[in-house]
Amino acid sequence: MTKAKSTLTQMNGYGELNKRTTYFKRYWQLYALLSLPILYFLIFRYGPMYGVQIAFKDFNLFQGINGSEWIGLEAFREVFAMNDFYITLRNTFMLNFLDLIVSFPAPIILAIMLYEIRSARFKRISQTILYIPHFISWVIIGGIVYQLFGTQSGMINGLLQGMGFEAIPFLTEKNSWLVTYLFTGVWQSAGWGTILYLAALTGVNKELFEAADVDGASRLRKIWHITLPSIKPTIVTLLILNLGRMVSIGFDRPYIIGNTAVREYSDVLSTFVYRIGLESGQYTLATVVGLFQAVVGLIFILGSNYISKKTTGDGIL
Amino acid sequence: MSERTSNRIFDTVNITFVSLFVIFCLAPFVHTIAVSLSSNRAITSGEVTLWPVEFNWDAYVQVFSDQSMLNSLGFTVILTLATTLLCMLFTIAAAYPLTKGRLKGRKFFMYMIIITMFFSGGIIPEYLLIRDLNMINTVWALILPGLVSPFNLIILISFFKNIPPSLEESAEIDGSSFINTLLRIVLPLSLPVMATLALFYAVGRWNGFQDALMYVTDPQIYPLQLKLFQMVQNNMVTELTQMEGANRAALTPEALKAATVIFATVPILCVYPWLQKYFVSGVMLGAVKG
Repeated sequence: MTKAKSTLTQMNGYGELNKRTTYFKRYWQLYALLSLPILYFLIFRYGPMYGVQIAFKDFNLFQGINGSEWIGLEAFREVFAMNDFYITLRNTFMLNFLDLIVSFPAPIILAIMLYEIRSARFKRISQTILYIPHFISWVIIGGIVYQLFGTQSGMINGLLQGMGFEAIPFLTEKNSWLVTYLFTGVWQSAGWGTILYLAALTGVNKELFEAADVDGASRLRKIWHITLPSIKPTIVTLLILNLGRMVSIGFDRPYIIGNTAVREYSDVLSTFVYRIGLESGQYTLATVVGLFQAVVGLIFILGSNYISKKTTGDGIL
Repeated sequence: MSERTSNRIFDTVNITFVSLFVIFCLAPFVHTIAVSLSSNRAITSGEVTLWPVEFNWDAYVQVFSDQSMLNSLGFTVILTLATTLLCMLFTIAAAYPLTKGRLKGRKFFMYMIIITMFFSGGIIPEYLLIRDLNMINTVWALILPGLVSPFNLIILISFFKNIPPSLEESAEIDGSSFINTLLRIVLPLSLPVMATLALFYAVGRWNGFQDALMYVTDPQIYPLQLKLFQMVQNNMVTELTQMEGANRAALTPEALKAATVIFATVPILCVYPWLQKYFVSGVMLGAVKG
């Protein structure tokens, strides 16, 4: 009995081993393919996560990440006592929120208008042009913005002055600067933003429109009762996801469009991290701000994803 | 009012609005081109709007005779091509195994990748890592940190999954190895999505600015965007000092700045329209799963 059992386990063990070797014989190429990308993720994506510990250390360049002394939450206390931290936090929310109000509806309206266009050629050419700004870097946009909005030789102010108005300091007065910032956002993102709505609209049942025609519905009524409801789920999902990104803000746009004269509005978390970390060498404090942003950002995204799933059954995770 | 006339009015109004938006998108470029081709006198007196005044090519002659600008352009072109190629190789190498349901550890690797989409160490630890790897002021600092975009990777995985499995299975029965199947069957069927991803990677590298600002101080490897940025900053100084009535003559002429902006934009405009039909489907794939 015992003998039989042990032979069985032996056989099983042998079988397992055999299965494992054939598995690796068959799959080793896939692991070989994966190895380099995984190494990349470990070094360049998880490496910085290991480095996050300097938020809790009195970091200096000579002692390195491991050699620096632990200081607990002292750096957090220091950051939360900084006035600039709250200003940049407020600006991050403010710019994102205003951007949402101004830039969110534009692609919806534009997508509906494009959908109503009957000439396929005109539609295609318009789309090609409308997508272009999405591919232009913020540095180039910055260059163009100065050409357009400068006080002396900028085109907009030239036109204003030609009509007898006074020049508006679009780049150097904080409230006027907000207009510039939001304007560039609409310009850059409105066209590209239509893609998802137009994609949702390709799925609309044409019979609905035909039925509405029989009832004698006007074009506007059809938009209101057929087109809009069919992109409503997309609108809701995108809105919620956008709300989830309230704390995350790109670096390029506020850094390039902003300047010292309007720093009171243009300084946001991402530029603040760069400024105190890389320009002033306060690595620990900058890492704390970055970590704060990452954690709060994660909470926002998970929260918005949860809400999105509850309301539309569609999320990102 | 008959139905036909109301339809016609609607179409006219609609086309007008779309056209206005198209013009709104194009006008800044047209203005910049106009400035780049105008005389400095006409620009500073505010005569230039959408058409060149006192037409001349001087600014472009100057841009093309600026050796550092040409070097930067050449470097950025090579950098963009090399980055795109490496990114695509790595993304394909990661995506294909992750479509194989029977691969042990697949779930683990997927989680490992997806986590990085929602949490990152932040730019300071990233900077310190690059510094510890001795990559400051090397091209590697501009290539390696962004080698695989998790977003693009997921687009590619969902595309690979949509390829009918029967095609791959028949090859596997014939004794084709995985790498062989990938090269002979999967990749040739995925050209549109690969064109899309290559465009995303290339545009990302071409437009990339923050990493160059952080990692590069050696003018020999200035990407075009960083060079342009210094010019834009110069503009800002102009704007700020104008308030104090400083001398404008000493600053870079507007036409030259405009010509440089156009010079950096044209390469993108040359590539992009050819790929447009591909990237729309790519974005949709990403939106579903991304």
